[in-house]
Amino acid sequence: MTPTEKHIIKVTNLSIGYTSKKQISTIASNLNITLKAGKMVCLLGKNGIGKSTLLRTLTKVQPALSGEIFIDETKLKSFTNNQLAKTLSLVLTERLPDSSLTVFELVALGRQPFTNWIGYLTSEDMQIIYSAFEKTNTKHLMNIKCYELSDGQLQRVLIARALTQNTPIIVLDEPTAHLDLHHTIKTFSLLKNLASEFNKTIIISTHETNLALQLADELWLMSTSNFVSGKTDELIENNELDKLFESDLISFNKTLKQFTISSS
Amino acid sequence: MVSPIKSYKNTFIILIFALLIISIVNISLGSVYIPLKQIFLSFVNGDVEKDTWHSIILSYRLPKAITAIIVGSGLSISGLLMQTLFRNPLAGPFVLGISSGASLGVAILILGASFLGVSIGSYAYTNFGLAIAASLGAFLVLSAVMLAALKVRNTMSILIIGLMFGSLTAAVISILAYFSSASELQQYMFWSFGSLGNLSWKEITVLFITFLIGILLVIFIIKPLNSLLLGENYAKSMGVNVKKTRNLVLIATSLLTGVITAFSGPIAFIGLAVPHITKLLFNTSNHKTLIPAVAICGAIIMLICDSISQLPTSEYTLPINAITSLFGAPIIIWLLVRKRKIYY
Repeated sequence: MTPTEKHIIKVTNLSIGYTSKKQISTIASNLNITLKAGKMVCLLGKNGIGKSTLLRTLTKVQPALSGEIFIDETKLKSFTNNQLAKTLSLVLTERLPDSSLTVFELVALGRQPFTNWIGYLTSEDMQIIYSAFEKTNTKHLMNIKCYELSDGQLQRVLIARALTQNTPIIVLDEPTAHLDLHHTIKTFSLLKNLASEFNKTIIISTHETNLALQLADELWLMSTSNFVSGKTDELIENNELDKLFESDLISFNKTLKQFTISSS
Repeated sequence: MVSPIKSYKNTFIILIFALLIISIVNISLGSVYIPLKQIFLSFVNGDVEKDTWHSIILSYRLPKAITAIIVGSGLSISGLLMQTLFRNPLAGPFVLGISSGASLGVAILILGASFLGVSIGSYAYTNFGLAIAASLGAFLVLSAVMLAALKVRNTMSILIIGLMFGSLTAAVISILAYFSSASELQQYMFWSFGSLGNLSWKEITVLFITFLIGILLVIFIIKPLNSLLLGENYAKSMGVNVKKTRNLVLIATSLLTGVITAFSGPIAFIGLAVPHITKLLFNTSNHKTLIPAVAICGAIIMLICDSISQLPTSEYTLPINAITSLFGAPIIIWLLVRKRKIYY
């Protein structure tokens, strides 16, 4: 196998869900994914279908019920906290707790897996931090406090923080949830650019279905009955998108490559 | 490339200078007036005019100033740790039940004796006796809180569990107090006022060594504390072992607060307020700056409170606990009203 054929993420027969003392509640099972590096993937599905659970399982926040996850051809289970932090970075939906961190300090925190015990930033660290600012076009925000940022700016700064972690994979949980259309598109094109230009593997869970259809290299579609993953065009061709919402209200228009409100 | 993280070098220099001046002022104040020159002479073991001055400085005022510095910075650092860990501005060094445990220990020693119908030798009421009772009580309640903490995953629950243990011990103390004589009650009250004096050099050595161990622990958790500013999930994604960090924070806090409370009683307010005052002064959340800043501010404020409690040129010493709250609380209110919001 040549390096380009390597699968950055490979998932076989994965079951996800929660275990408690009394019972196991499976949210989805039989998930199979293969993904090559440098792709932007959008994870689509209805509210409550298990998108977050899947992302939490893939990022080792919670254990898989069964099946195997390979990240960069290594079993996810065998990653230590620090190794994982160097492979996979996150942008979460949760609100940041109040703090008077400056934007620079926030972004610099991304270097933590690499810095020494006291968190000293070497000149190499500084270079990576500055290049993250440049890639996300946030350099001018560097010295202001995080609480002064608008939602759109904050999202780009959080992406910059993930970039300083310098990981091959970046996982984002609904990164555009609070953003207007302009900033949503801005964020998506930034992510797309990171994938194509810097060979980052970007996984986004999102409700921006139409935007995802236009920009994503691959889609992961989650519905109650099944899970499919594949290239966007192929999925459209195979009518997989019709199953996504299982609703009479919306239908997928193959020629427009968009969801539309059913006219009936 | 220059790091744009502010180093606050000038503020630190000013603060250290202020600490030095206030230490000297603190030592020079007291019921007996001693000229400044004689104070310096007694430090260097020079020729002091009166022998009593020499001994007042070396065996009373200097130990008290050192205790004030250790107590002030130790409690303030503990308060900061708790506020960061619980992400709650109302958390202080005593949320883990240490002060209520210590109070319980001392209450049982002083108040419980007659209640249980046993007489304890007079030794029990000395400094060390009280310190041992306070340590035992603090250790007991702290262990209970820690055991509960191991069972719960949610950090916020630990805060509530600590508060509940506080209420429990307060109730037990009330019952003990109800059955005690007036003189016992007075003795207990005096302990609960807190006191910085009366520590021998031997006791100060114990205090200082434990303080150093606590500080050392704290220095090693500065980095994970900073990542905890983004919340536990982000911290974990950056490779931080959140549980280990949490335990280290709890250990450092109990060590610092425990030994301080054992020797000087439950000193109120400092641990809660100094981190706020420091954050207003420094306007940062970076623990690399905050921890030394909080330590110095804590020492300064404790020394000021102690100087005030001396009531210059008077024979009386007011309870330190009353002073810390009386002068500290209005400062916090004034600072908050002026600057509106503190970010953690």
